[in-house]
Amino acid sequence: MRATVMDIYRLLPKTNCGKCGEASCMAFATKLSEKEADVSLCTQMTDKEKEKLEDALAPAVREIVIGTGEKAITIGGDEVLYRYELTFYNPTPLVIEVSDDLSDEEFKEKVQRVEELEFERTGEQLKLDAIAVRNKSGNTQKFVEAVKKVKDAKLALVLCTFDPETMKAALEIVGDQRPLIYGATEYNLQNMADLALEYDCPLTLFVPHDLEKMKELSYSLRSAGIKDIVLDPGTFVKGGTGDTLDEFKMIRRLAVEQRDPDFRFPIMGVPAIYWLIGKESEVEKGIREAVTAAKLMNSYADILIIHGTEIWELIPVLTLRQSLYTDPRKPQAVEPGLYEFGELDESSPVMLTTNFALTYYTVEGDLKSGNANCYLLVLDTNGRAVDVSVAGNQFTGKAVAELIKEAGIEDKVNHKTLIIPGLGAPVSGEIEDESGWEVLVGPRDSSAAPDFLVKLKQEAK
Amino acid sequence: MDKMTKLLKLLEKTDSIEINEFRMDFEELELQIVPAVQQAIKKSKQQREKEMLEALKFVPPIESYPGSVTEVQLGAGKRKSVYLGGQTALYRFEEPQPNPPVVTFDVFDIPMPGLPKPIREHFEDVMDHPGDWAKKAVKEFGANMVTIHLIGTGPKVMDKTPRQAAHDIEEVLQAVDVPLVIGASGDPKKDPVILEAAAQAAEGERCLLASANLDLDYKRVAKAAVDYNHAVLSWAITDVNMQKTLNRYLMKEGLTPADIVMDPTTCALGYGIEFSIDVITRTRLGALKGDTDLQMPMSSGTTNAWGSREAWMKNENWGPTEYRGPIWETITGLTMMLCGVDIFMMLHPASVKILTEIGNTFTKEYMTTDLPDISGWITELEN
Repeated sequence: MRATVMDIYRLLPKTNCGKCGEASCMAFATKLSEKEADVSLCTQMTDKEKEKLEDALAPAVREIVIGTGEKAITIGGDEVLYRYELTFYNPTPLVIEVSDDLSDEEFKEKVQRVEELEFERTGEQLKLDAIAVRNKSGNTQKFVEAVKKVKDAKLALVLCTFDPETMKAALEIVGDQRPLIYGATEYNLQNMADLALEYDCPLTLFVPHDLEKMKELSYSLRSAGIKDIVLDPGTFVKGGTGDTLDEFKMIRRLAVEQRDPDFRFPIMGVPAIYWLIGKESEVEKGIREAVTAAKLMNSYADILIIHGTEIWELIPVLTLRQSLYTDPRKPQAVEPGLYEFGELDESSPVMLTTNFALTYYTVEGDLKSGNANCYLLVLDTNGRAVDVSVAGNQFTGKAVAELIKEAGIEDKVNHKTLIIPGLGAPVSGEIEDESGWEVLVGPRDSSAAPDFLVKLKQEAK
Repeated sequence: MDKMTKLLKLLEKTDSIEINEFRMDFEELELQIVPAVQQAIKKSKQQREKEMLEALKFVPPIESYPGSVTEVQLGAGKRKSVYLGGQTALYRFEEPQPNPPVVTFDVFDIPMPGLPKPIREHFEDVMDHPGDWAKKAVKEFGANMVTIHLIGTGPKVMDKTPRQAAHDIEEVLQAVDVPLVIGASGDPKKDPVILEAAAQAAEGERCLLASANLDLDYKRVAKAAVDYNHAVLSWAITDVNMQKTLNRYLMKEGLTPADIVMDPTTCALGYGIEFSIDVITRTRLGALKGDTDLQMPMSSGTTNAWGSREAWMKNENWGPTEYRGPIWETITGLTMMLCGVDIFMMLHPASVKILTEIGNTFTKEYMTTDLPDISGWITELEN
């Protein structure tokens, strides 16, 4: 549970000295709890006391930065178990692994594909976040060569090898870029811990299917002075799905509800493992990898390592991420009213949609990409989609009639024809009765709207 | 020394204090007994070490819940039975759920020319007869249940009569022995009449009538279920309070929690799925915390996913629709499943297969499945 003002106050010196700028320690505690003041302002505490206070103020899951400068990505930082209680922080980065055993050409091609992959959704560019170089060859020299090739890549790095010598050789090259080290296991713990400290890099702890041991080793790493730890409890698929989901959920519940210091770290999932276990066709494995990624992202994964780069596999995962990480505290609605597209005159067509942000941006994107010329009336449905607001009685004849009046569209055009979304068809008669406008039922999906307008224009001629 | 320290020093050798004529003036009062308590419980070194070891031990974070989800039986008479719900905990590691999630295949009373190609190609040969369609879904694709949508009864579709609807139901009942979900056309005036006729035709077979909602004569639907021994799908639009209200209304009409399945509405992936996540999570947590208005299994209209353009629209930059569609349906359903949904209305055989595979792990105990060794994945995974 999050620290309350009283929890924080208990950790302060309670001298009310006022040197922090606040009248009392209680006032300072309030500011700290709202993240409006910094612990360092207090001059009365020892370093140890401050550390304890900072720990109480920190999010349930530690926030960790991978990479530096423009390449930097942040993971973790979550405070709650369920999205509706607050919001989830730091969208799960999708990291694509690249094997050091690929030919030079294949390697470069895959890296380039990862850097350039993009998918636009509701006005946002969705992209991949990092590259994991994987020591498939088991050979130090090959790994070093591969790491050299991504030294100047556009994305943050994860280095995957269990051999400390090989890891050290790679860190010699990119250790100043704060790559995520993958990983420490029960067999190389001390050596990997030393490297993480020497190069000041975050470290992944990989302990498949054994939370008891994971807790022990996490404690060891913390005792060695390592602060930035990522936990990989192993990704099991098919029949193993249940155990992996259990483990992800246990780790997060221990972090959020019990503040267990050994588990207050971001969790890593490795959907790429499907390609090792699955026996299906390439396409089927791609589908299963995407499903595995979605499964883990829905179960608290803070970072994912993926093998496939097919766009049809990544679009659903990127879309799920966009959905899970929208802030439920912010209304998912745009300003209702009149919007204009392209070149307009008195005879320009008038269309209608709702003010649900997803609906609006989808329609906007379609009208723009289709070079449509039209007015768009946006109805206030309290941020509900067309079908939902028809069912929920926000999309009514009366509401549309009021919008027509308030938006002043009758002064701008010399006709009274309104094109409504296909899913709004059930209220078309009602709109005609209430507004006196003639209603044309448009396409069900706005991707067909530009063509619909072109046809309409041709018919008019 | 500050006053507090002086005071504590004075109290060191005292067992009790008596205060006479005590008076305090304050605007805000806060009592801090922490220092005194700390004094009192100075721990022995041994005790501390024991606590350290305790903190190092891993204990699964299992909670206890005052409430549980009612088990609903579908299928009786000549039908095999399928059970939904029955959960007593949120997560499997606390208590595995007694029944795995169930998939019901969508079948229509008309050939449905609008169905996406990746689905049509599996059923093209049987789409003229709902009975054959249902049979194929069960025999070839392992459907646990079949949903017969009486779309043809829609006044603007084919305006089929209640009698024709009853006939279609009889055809499907004879073709398969799995339980049925019976859906109408979505016309608020006609649906209750159609569902009533269908309920009568399927008397005693314990079907799920879809649906009762606040926009139609839900009393008539509830009565049909009570009269002919069926269950009712209680459909609210992403609103926990609306769901509670409707459930209460249905129970007033003589239905019990064992006769109700809730549909809190599934918004598709990318089209508001986060609203469904929040509502379904809150609904299940409410049930486990003891809210008797929400202690029923939940259903997902997963087929909504096929309305998403990412699932069906041709766009060479997005790759083939034959892969995108099934993934979209699978991930929409999977996300709902992870929030606690018990029954899924679906269309594509590949999506059904993946979802069933994942859902079947929900009834197993933690740590009872043999897992492969993945410790060498870095070198063993293909290029």
